[in-house]
Amino acid sequence: MAVTTITSENFDQVVGQSDVPVLVDFWASWCGPCKMLSPIVDAVSENAEGFKVGKVNVDEEGDLAAQFNISSIPCLILFKDGKEANRSVGMIPKEKVLAFAKS
Amino acid sequence: MSKAYDIVIVGAGTAGLSAAIYAQRSGKSALVLEELSYGGQIINTPEVANYPGIAQISGFDFAQGLYDQATGLGAVVEFESVTKIENNADKKIVTTDSNTYEAGAVILATGAKNRPLGMAHEEEWIGSGISYCATCDGAFFKGKEVAVAGGGNTALEDAIFLSGYCSKVYLIHRRNELRGEKHLQEALRKKENVEFVLNVAMKELVGENGLSGVVVTDKETGADRTINVSGLFIAIGQMPNNGKFSDLVAIDDAGYIIAGEDCKTNAEGIFAAGDCRTKAVRQLTTAAADGAVAALAACAYLEKA
Repeated sequence: MAVTTITSENFDQVVGQSDVPVLVDFWASWCGPCKMLSPIVDAVSENAEGFKVGKVNVDEEGDLAAQFNISSIPCLILFKDGKEANRSVGMIPKEKVLAFAKS
Repeated sequence: MSKAYDIVIVGAGTAGLSAAIYAQRSGKSALVLEELSYGGQIINTPEVANYPGIAQISGFDFAQGLYDQATGLGAVVEFESVTKIENNADKKIVTTDSNTYEAGAVILATGAKNRPLGMAHEEEWIGSGISYCATCDGAFFKGKEVAVAGGGNTALEDAIFLSGYCSKVYLIHRRNELRGEKHLQEALRKKENVEFVLNVAMKELVGENGLSGVVVTDKETGADRTINVSGLFIAIGQMPNNGKFSDLVAIDDAGYIIAGEDCKTNAEGIFAAGDCRTKAVRQLTTAAADGAVAALAACAYLEKA
């Protein structure tokens, strides 16, 4: 499944009303570790079963970054029923991203 | 049957990928095993300006260039965590979390990772005020007061970078003198919103559900001072990560693999390159140089075998 670009406008529809967990990657283009994590998140999304994957560009979506108190990136948040269920800060390998998505 | 390579390299940082480039160009097959992401520590650096021949490049672009060059020459990079290396007389057996490989020679290029302060709440508040990457997280502290712990190049670069975003930056260091390059020190002293807090010991991280300040103790007077900050960027150096190879090669008290400029360890056919080995200067250029030295030493070892 393709990764959904999440914005303030579509957040409620994509994350809030999702009936499956949503893994959201908060990233920025100037962050080296984010650029390393990004293709891993893409790969996890391609084979995602039972969850969806989205990305938030914190430069373009400062309100969302502030709403979820993002102060370190890359930051993965797993949303269940529209609410934050788990959070992981920093670069992690693919197996851990997968395990996190299913946590 | 397990796959065989002439040289298996542990770690895809600057030393490891440089070794892969030299190995492939010498006609040897190289496998690079990496547990996290290629590039190593340099991906956290926004601007590399001390690599000879390249006036300016981002750490990410440098890492990408190294990776593309190594894989373009035929090196294989796999994202697996090495769990064990057996040094048999005829060949080495490298076991990872998902595979087993045979190697004629092994180059350990495990690098180093950020050294924590080792204080209460430090780990708990990563992402809630504690950071080890100013370039990743600095922008979230726009207009806020922050502190940087450390006195080396990374700490000075972090403080300079943060001074562009934050209303105030405290540079906290345990000594009176800073270790970092003179021109960085001078650049930092020109910043009006930077305060030097020197010759102090970090005593406490203060906060409720995240960092709200740090307490430092003046080493001379013994007086405590509370500095209210919403972010603390820790840049007190690196520590090696060689514990699982302590049966394979000699390691010093600090955890570095004992090897000289020839990158040879005490074990036949096992080499150490980059920040993971005992050395005086840990820079991008010395990591790249080690990669070349270790790869050519490994090639010579293979020729003799």
